[in-house]
Amino acid sequence: MFQAFKALMKRDLLLAFRHRGELANPLLFFFMIVTLFPLGVSPEVTLLRKIAPGVIWIAALLAALFSLENLFRSDFEDGALEQMLLSPQPLSLLVLAKVLAHWLVSGLPMLLLAPLLGLLLAMPEPAIAALELTLAIGTPLLSLIGAIGVALTVGLRRGGVLLTLLIMPLYIPVLIFATNAVTAAAAGMPIAGQIYFLASLLVLALTLAPLAIAAALRISVS
Amino acid sequence: MPSPNPPHINAPLAVVDLECIRGDNLLFSGLNFSLREGQLMQIEGANGSGKTSLLRILAGLSRSSEGQVLWEGEDILKHRTAYFSQVAYLGHTLGVKSDLSPVENLKISLALANIRFDEETVYRVLEQTGLAGKEDMPARSLSAGQKQRVALARLLVCPAKLWIMDEPFTALDVSGVGLVRELLESHLQRGGMAVLTSHQAVEVRGNIVRVNLSEG
Repeated sequence: MFQAFKALMKRDLLLAFRHRGELANPLLFFFMIVTLFPLGVSPEVTLLRKIAPGVIWIAALLAALFSLENLFRSDFEDGALEQMLLSPQPLSLLVLAKVLAHWLVSGLPMLLLAPLLGLLLAMPEPAIAALELTLAIGTPLLSLIGAIGVALTVGLRRGGVLLTLLIMPLYIPVLIFATNAVTAAAAGMPIAGQIYFLASLLVLALTLAPLAIAAALRISVS
Repeated sequence: MPSPNPPHINAPLAVVDLECIRGDNLLFSGLNFSLREGQLMQIEGANGSGKTSLLRILAGLSRSSEGQVLWEGEDILKHRTAYFSQVAYLGHTLGVKSDLSPVENLKISLALANIRFDEETVYRVLEQTGLAGKEDMPARSLSAGQKQRVALARLLVCPAKLWIMDEPFTALDVSGVGLVRELLESHLQRGGMAVLTSHQAVEVRGNIVRVNLSEG
């Protein structure tokens, strides 16, 4: 069973590696949104410091949504998705492999870039640490939730707008708890509550989202 | 509507009162047939008569609006895991990743089918399907017929009992058609079953059953 999980993850990583150019797109998007704020709003340090958690998290959220759109697209078009659905392996495990591979090439680079953006927006050190922690828990969560919407809309010709409408409301709790944690950390307050909440959401998504993604794919392909 | 033989529920594959509606169109209804070991079923019918829809229902990819597909007496939708380990499906879209080489494509198919393998088998099978020398080229540089051969290689290594093939002869050259015929004949001799659609007459030796979706 784990042979298929490993093989599929390896395949997706290999495919991503062969399209390195496309990989940079969401990351560049993330970087651009954040860097435009000091230029567009105000370079004043106190203001930037105040809006930084929200700005970085909103950028991360949009970049995640942007990168997810193609999660199942090419597999759907070339028939690899059908073959995946017809595998005797549990489909929820296979989709988890795909989502994990996707997070490794899209979420993880954002996690690495975020401290730099934090410095750019003059965030204090404890806030940057909190930002990293919330992104580490939050970005896999975004991938898992987003994948449900992508699975539902993969068969549609113009699923992009619908995907945004479906997924955004589900992203909002993540956004609220994450930015709240970072703001609290900047003010020197404890953030354990928000982190536990995010972590419990991640556990919930890890267990339930693969089942929902699998069911949604079966509907989309039929 | 056609029903060439009454449904024998105890046949390995049995179709009972199948009906398919796409949009507002009734494609077929009251379809009954069964398939036994060593039999090949050719599905005929005009364009748009529901051949591909029928194959997708048989493969468990789509749902029928009425009726059931039974595999060894059990509804395939309720026993997916058991059924999928017995079936190989070759559709319109081949499931061949154009950024991967034939070797990489075959390896992922084997892993998904949960089959243990070694490098040697993979190369031997690709040679058998006429892809010698092309094993490590990205599939995007292969012709349509060669890509189809990559998909056919999957059938050679997966021990599926039932092959479901949608137009397996299109895009293939004379030797490719010969290859598919050979594969089918040896599969039937081993007691395998196959369901396929084709516009050409299938010159496969063996027990062939025909179903025409346009009649009736």
